[in-house]
Amino acid sequence: MSRVSVENLNVWFGDGADRVDAVKNATFEVPSGASFGLVGESGSGKSTILRAIMGLVTTWSGRMTVGAFELGKKRPKDFYKDVQMVFQDPYASLHPRHSVDQVLGETLSLHGFRDIDQRIMKLLDDVGLGPSFRFRYPHQLSGGQRQRVAIARALAPEPSVILLDEPTSALDVSVQAEVLNLLADLREEHKLTYIMVSHNLAVVAHMCDTTAVMQNGEIVELMSVADMRAMRPSHPYTKHLLDSSFGYKPDAAQSA
Amino acid sequence: MSETLLDVENLRVTFPTRQGEFQAVRGVSFTLGRERLGIVGESGSGKSMTGRAILRLIRPPGRVEADRMEFRGEDLLAKSERDMQKIRGQKISMVMQDPKFSLNPVMKIGEQIMEIYRFHTGAGRSAARRKAVEMLEAVQIRDPERVMRAYPHEMSGGMGQRIMIAMMLVTEPEILIADEPTSALDVSVQTQVLSIIDRLVRERGMGLIFISHDLNLVASFCDRVLIMYAGRIVEVCDAGKLHEATHPYTRGLLGSLPRIDAPQPRLEVLKRDPAWAQAPSVSGRT
Repeated sequence: MSRVSVENLNVWFGDGADRVDAVKNATFEVPSGASFGLVGESGSGKSTILRAIMGLVTTWSGRMTVGAFELGKKRPKDFYKDVQMVFQDPYASLHPRHSVDQVLGETLSLHGFRDIDQRIMKLLDDVGLGPSFRFRYPHQLSGGQRQRVAIARALAPEPSVILLDEPTSALDVSVQAEVLNLLADLREEHKLTYIMVSHNLAVVAHMCDTTAVMQNGEIVELMSVADMRAMRPSHPYTKHLLDSSFGYKPDAAQSA
Repeated sequence: MSETLLDVENLRVTFPTRQGEFQAVRGVSFTLGRERLGIVGESGSGKSMTGRAILRLIRPPGRVEADRMEFRGEDLLAKSERDMQKIRGQKISMVMQDPKFSLNPVMKIGEQIMEIYRFHTGAGRSAARRKAVEMLEAVQIRDPERVMRAYPHEMSGGMGQRIMIAMMLVTEPEILIADEPTSALDVSVQTQVLSIIDRLVRERGMGLIFISHDLNLVASFCDRVLIMYAGRIVEVCDAGKLHEATHPYTRGLLGSLPRIDAPQPRLEVLKRDPAWAQAPSVSGRT
């Protein structure tokens, strides 16, 4: 059974002559417990798909379902409990004057939890931060620790789907490895479904079972991880992306 | 090895803080010939500070000290600010990470390139104009005349970075310092920008210092690599042999990268050894 399904999704911004079609006819399905990747360059519409699922853009058409929810313009409160998002920049997505305790506590109380105290401790433990981090402010945390707090906040309402928008691109590679391992463990432990946006094919290959390659708002290829590892792209653009992700080749640059 | 363009010995960059002095660069030594030298490290390793220190772009109260910092035998530390101006941009140029913050947003691109050229050569307007157009063509900008009249916000990231490169190379410097020149760009544009840098460096016989956090990129693009950790060089190796590096930090960085061709269930996590920061800096002098 598919957990998230997107059919003929179109997203546009602006009207008339200014209209920009950010996503054109995107269709994909993510089975329960799977991890789905979206790759492409800036402006290819990959983040816009996440924002449309999340309800952060209003100008869209097509059909989207998450579990039993048929997504419309207005969504029930339970939907926001079930689907959570982690953003790219841990520096921008945490309130600079709220402590970790406030960030998590607010989310928990908004979602109607009672045993907030225990839950905060459990969440910190889940993301590998000790209780000593509870009363720290974002400026007292490193980039990787901030992203862990952002992940803890996303886990707070006990969602089943987490949308990850470039969760590690602002981090150093060694910290990226820690965060990717954490995400993999959490998926296992909480039976989560991930949709992950990244521009880094190696990250997506590591995390995801299936990946959609996007260009100019269209999904040009749906690729299994096995095909990616075997370097079997069917679309020339995918081939180009795969080639570029292996570092610099003088001859490849000439043809680009 | 060819002649030495830059000779740096025991370079230190220090910032006073409330908790005492903080050394961002702690005794780095290297030389640069007509080659592509990569400096890799994570954020805070001091790689960008090393690049800036060479041009003396560290603002007070930060201090740059070295036993030796020579450009073709000229002592850079002894120069007056006025003489440094003649080095910066003319003999040694620097391309920064994000073109959005390096270009003047309220000045036309043509004017900006011409200004640099005229400042350093004293050429007339029409000569500067010809040179600017020629330079934009050299970085493969399709319609240089239009770009000359445009403002930076009208350009995409990749074009902005190519314009920056054109601007930095218009004075035909002998050393180019590129600080994460492609990190803000998409992969396909990245290859394009790199090939332009590569070609220009080769054709003009420049020395290139390429600062990056991307190991694979540096391994494939440079000739020689310095690996920095906590303000020191922990390892120096030939770029082609980066994957045979021996220092545990370098090995750890390589291991923490996810790889398309070699799947692993879990990524290696780097365990930092306090001894790495204590060990003396490895010399990158040849």
